[in-house]
Amino acid sequence: MPKPDAEVLRRRADLIDALRAIVPGEGVIVENAELRAYETDGLSVYRQVPLAVVLPETTAEVAEILKLCRRMGVKVVARGAGTGLSGGALPLEDGVVLGLSKFNRILDIDYENRAATVQPGVTNLGITRAVEHQGFYYAPDPSSQIACSIGGNIAENSGGVHCLKYGLTTNNVLGLEIVLPDGEILRLGGKHLDAAGYDLLGVMTGSEGLLGIVTEVTVRILQKPETARALLAGFSTVEQGGATVAAIIAAGVIPGGLEMMDRPAINAAEDFCHAGYPRDVEALLICELDGPAAEVDHLMGVVTGMARQHGATFLKESANDEERLKFWAGRKNAFPAAGRISPDYICMDGTIPRNQIAPVLRRMAELSDKHGLKVANVFHAGDGNLHPLILFDGNEPGQQARAEAFGADILKLCVEVGGVLTGEHGVGIEKRDLMPEMFNEDDLKQQQRLKCAFDPTQILNPGKVFPTLHRCAELGRMHVHKGRIPFPELERF
Amino acid sequence: MPVTFAPGSIDELEKTVAWAIGEGAPLEIVGAGTKRGFGRPVEAAHVLDTTRLAGIGLYEPDELVMSAGAGTPLAVIEAELAERGQELAFDPADYGLILGDEAGRQTIGGVFAANLAGSKRLKNGAARDHLLGVQAVTGYGRIVKSGGRVMKNVTGYDLCKLMAGSYGTLAVLSHLTFKVLPRAESEATLLLAGDAAKLLHALRRSVGTAYDVSAAAYLPEAAAGRSTVQGVAGAARAAVRVEGAGPSVAYRRDRLKDLLVGDGLDAAAVADEDSRALWREIRDLRLLDSAAPVLWRLSVPPTRAGEMLEALGDAGETLFDWAGGLVWLAASGLEAAPPERVRGAVREDGHATLVKAPIEIRRTIEVMPPLSPGLLALNRRVKAGFDPKGVLNPGRLYGGV
Ligand SMILES: Cc1cc2nc3c(=O)[nH]c(=O)nc-3n(C[C@H](O)[C@H](O)[C@H](O)COP(=O)(O)OP(=O)(O)OC[C@H]3O[C@@H](n4cnc5c(N)ncnc54)[C@H](O)[C@@H]3O)c2cc1C
Repeated sequence: MPKPDAEVLRRRADLIDALRAIVPGEGVIVENAELRAYETDGLSVYRQVPLAVVLPETTAEVAEILKLCRRMGVKVVARGAGTGLSGGALPLEDGVVLGLSKFNRILDIDYENRAATVQPGVTNLGITRAVEHQGFYYAPDPSSQIACSIGGNIAENSGGVHCLKYGLTTNNVLGLEIVLPDGEILRLGGKHLDAAGYDLLGVMTGSEGLLGIVTEVTVRILQKPETARALLAGFSTVEQGGATVAAIIAAGVIPGGLEMMDRPAINAAEDFCHAGYPRDVEALLICELDGPAAEVDHLMGVVTGMARQHGATFLKESANDEERLKFWAGRKNAFPAAGRISPDYICMDGTIPRNQIAPVLRRMAELSDKHGLKVANVFHAGDGNLHPLILFDGNEPGQQARAEAFGADILKLCVEVGGVLTGEHGVGIEKRDLMPEMFNEDDLKQQQRLKCAFDPTQILNPGKVFPTLHRCAELGRMHVHKGRIPFPELERF
Repeated sequence: MPVTFAPGSIDELEKTVAWAIGEGAPLEIVGAGTKRGFGRPVEAAHVLDTTRLAGIGLYEPDELVMSAGAGTPLAVIEAELAERGQELAFDPADYGLILGDEAGRQTIGGVFAANLAGSKRLKNGAARDHLLGVQAVTGYGRIVKSGGRVMKNVTGYDLCKLMAGSYGTLAVLSHLTFKVLPRAESEATLLLAGDAAKLLHALRRSVGTAYDVSAAAYLPEAAAGRSTVQGVAGAARAAVRVEGAGPSVAYRRDRLKDLLVGDGLDAAAVADEDSRALWREIRDLRLLDSAAPVLWRLSVPPTRAGEMLEALGDAGETLFDWAGGLVWLAASGLEAAPPERVRGAVREDGHATLVKAPIEIRRTIEVMPPLSPGLLALNRRVKAGFDPKGVLNPGRLYGGV
């Protein structure tokens, strides 16, 4: 992390007074015991107590806080629900945590325009809860949906099991209100489509709290499909499971969800919530098909046939909605289930081309032997997004370092087969130093120039995402070689 | 002397841009040049033509992914996809004819640079939602890449979104990787006739159902009258489209009909080839007078469609797509549809773009939707962060952008 600024640490009392002038009373947290509640996020191997936590309630307060921090040269880390898995909300020793938990109101529900406008602290599931009595829902459904905030979803461009068919957060956001580090309040998009100017709505989504603070969100809501049924298909090899996934997609079937788990994950999930999974298979697919009953029936036949063809040894279709949800409960609780079988785990998030699933799992097993640590795999198979859970015991000397080295090897493997470091959890602090695996210096510098357009003094979440921090003035410099390339030579192009 | 550069590789492209930076000589970036008549006129002496950066690189139908050089004609891509029963689900529109060029010439780079999406954007998203990866040369004269070839990726900022719709003002796209999807095996379009307000309401009701409506448009009588598809002319129509497997299409068409017919609305239906032909006419604006010198494009929340019809219906010919949220207005001149009138009707809750107008007019008035001062300043800073010397399509979008 960037070296703490001694001057900022020295002026802590002044900062706290100034914050209290903006957000009175309980809204500014300074006591060490209380600050500890904010020292980590879902990536709990990293911890840092912040300088202070501030919990504003209005956009105007957010703007004032940012202006103050920029003036005093104090760094700001935004925080939603703190469920992020890449350390995005990890505090800085010399930084303020700006928590959005009090931004918890649903502002407007407009069924006719199929849009819901909410404050960023509203939970993902909170949006669906607010509209489901009219048959609507908000499609992206991270497993953490009970807890995670929509603001955090925007920052990470979160996905979920239904994103294969319905898109990620970025495909379901219509508008944002954001506050820039200089306190400027901007609106991007709205209930209409295609925001004017550059697609800054698209840029904000997935920007990991580095570009601006999100203070209002408008999302698309959809009518629930008439029917949804899920199929469990068990296989005696991961190759068969992987091949079935590839075959389903290749046949042009886009299921509502298409997930896969390996044996360790199946058993952990089954122990945890008795979802009805077979324990004696090496790979389990959960395939959900949704739409009108006739279509679901037809597709269920197609998918079942493919699973059989690829050697499925276990096939079970959900008989009713309760059973369907039970099938999903096992998958959605895979992380806490892993927590039961191992003192610690870290969750990787690489994405690979779908036809690489089986070879990557095979090589992952070799890596598991190499590092001497177990791994359980759950993943969004339909879009090639892996979630290997590396199991370790942080109290055993050296195990955490080994787990991290194992994780890095997995991600390098993903990049090697044509994939990427992270599909939905973000780079944060966790994958920051692996960025050069995917990007060269020119790529990274260009991304940082975009950051400079939003945050020229780099007070928002510094130390995350980018392995090397450059000053904006340095990034803006251009070496012009006038006349270096003679004109005539060019004319031939 | 104005020169046209046509680099044939990314290295040649990089050299060309570096030269332009060195000389301080701005470039107009063109693919097939079909959208030159749209936007602010570019202030550049030389032309950079991308058509030699052409060819389909990777196409893995089973993985639903393709990549191609920016200069590859869209027609080539669509033909290749059709062979494997696939398509670009964002339904790229072809404005060749309405903009006074020919149809069928545009390049894939131009489609993404303009973030062009057709009627099915309503359900499937815009071009930006389908762009997975890009390689481009920035105004720093450097090759950069962003994204990849996989479906889910949050590694670094999403520069693909930024590139889509940037009209070549940030970087010259050289290669693009995008999602492709299976084409529906059949489709049907419900055609409703009746009173305008009721038809617009029917569009919104249709997309608020679970029946997966992929497109929904309102054709005033003049627009409907231009259709070559049997059964469309003769009255104002609402068109509601469903696509998918045969039995599912029939089921959803019938449910929608049950829901929408009555209360003064009648319905007929067209299927498959007729349905596709009608939606091509709607998407490519064949139902508007292509000789009209002025064309406005409005984006509003669908519930405001009726208000737009009332405010602007007598300013020219109109066509409403995206359940009423996309409004086209073709006028005989700027006097009939001046910016104050059009933008005054739209207000804050949406925006209006002057898509077509004589060049003298496009030079003097804001063609892109006006931005708030803060947003314009941020757009300018983004531009400066990619093209500090202003050598790439300067002024195409806004003064200095
Ligand atoms: C058990 C479990 C299961 C999970 N399953 C999934 C899953 O299926 N899919 C998935 O994608 N993720 C999953 N996650 C990860 C996590 O829940 C998501 O990344 C989520 O979007 C984070 O939301 P949050 O509110 O907790 O954000 P935080 O962790 O508080 O913050 C995440 C990032 O967002 C920034 N941020 C937060 N709010 C704002 C704001 N208002 N403005 C600007 N920046 C902001 C922070 O600075 C930080 O960089 C899971 C996590 C857990 C613990």
